[in-house]
Amino acid sequence: MQDARVGCWALFKVFSHMAMQGFGGVLPFAYRHLVERTQWLTAAEFGQLLSIAQLLPGPTICNLSVMVGQRYAGAAGGFSALAGLLLGPFFIVIALGAAYQGLAHHPLFVNAMRGMAAAASGLILATALKLAVGMLRGPAQKPPAAADGGGGGVDVARTLFWRRVVQVALLVAAFIGLGVAKVGLITVVATLVPIGFLLFAFVWRKP
Amino acid sequence: MNDDVKLGGLAWHLAVLSLTAIGGGVVLVAPDVHHYVSVQNHWLTDEQFAAMYALAQAAPGPNLLFVTLIGWMIKGWLGAVVVTLAAIVPSSCLVLALGTVINRHGGGEGRWAGALRDALAPLAAGMLAGAAWTFLSVAGAGWRGIVLALAAAAAAYATKLNPLWLIALGALAGAIGLV
Repeated sequence: MQDARVGCWALFKVFSHMAMQGFGGVLPFAYRHLVERTQWLTAAEFGQLLSIAQLLPGPTICNLSVMVGQRYAGAAGGFSALAGLLLGPFFIVIALGAAYQGLAHHPLFVNAMRGMAAAASGLILATALKLAVGMLRGPAQKPPAAADGGGGGVDVARTLFWRRVVQVALLVAAFIGLGVAKVGLITVVATLVPIGFLLFAFVWRKP
Repeated sequence: MNDDVKLGGLAWHLAVLSLTAIGGGVVLVAPDVHHYVSVQNHWLTDEQFAAMYALAQAAPGPNLLFVTLIGWMIKGWLGAVVVTLAAIVPSSCLVLALGTVINRHGGGEGRWAGALRDALAPLAAGMLAGAAWTFLSVAGAGWRGIVLALAAAAAAYATKLNPLWLIALGALAGAIGLV
């Protein structure tokens, strides 16, 4: 992080610039702007903020903009960055909606939209896959530092194994809850977050 | 029911849901918002709902802006503004509040924050997959739609292709009757 403060207007401009480039997804452009062009964040800081932004509720890129804005200019900065991110796309989305309403009766267009929707759900699935692979390859898989001889290493390996089992079980339970049983977000989150938290905080802590 | 009541109900629903949308705004798509908008209240058909999400995916900006379109379909510009703010302001305020803590403690390396992150990561992945799966049935694309979605997922996972190309290919496949 640079020591100079970045103003709200600068935050607004940079985030609206990246948002308007981000057809199909803003994140790649966020990296280019925040790390490469403005150098507001190092690559490591970007990765760290991104992983937090993804786990907090709300759209990942919105959360990232709020965190970056806040870091440089407090709450006003957070909202400036968010406003920059949303203002342009807001109007573009509505323009597309208006076009949709004009064309909604053409069978060809309706069929094309169905194909688009199927591809869009594939993109959501890809995000899920990336998160799952990142999680399973993550620090939990680090080979135990078994320099202390026998017992400690075995304990660590066992803990890592059970942490992995719990992670996979939570993933599957979340999928079934939302996608198959369709019990709704609030029920899934309110049930599984406490279970996971208690298991990871008390039973299988990160060794 | 008059439009103001509709809009207020949708805004409140989204505001509450947005605080549980771990993994991205996308997990709101289905089943929750779809159920509320299309099944419970019949404001949009399944086809319209699926189209709104596909359009938001193709447009720049966060995909959560599909709720903007839903608000716009229900009550024009006012609907678009109210619904967008309802879906984004609560979660952003939560981030601001936590951000103070995160900036001070460098990303939560402590025991409690670590345990919370460990618990949230699998939920984010599982809920995203669940939302994608439910949305696919909303989109009404049948088994060929499932094949297309899996192919798009594989391509998006394995390559750095701009997702816009996959959306365009999906539209093409739909237009020529493959899906």
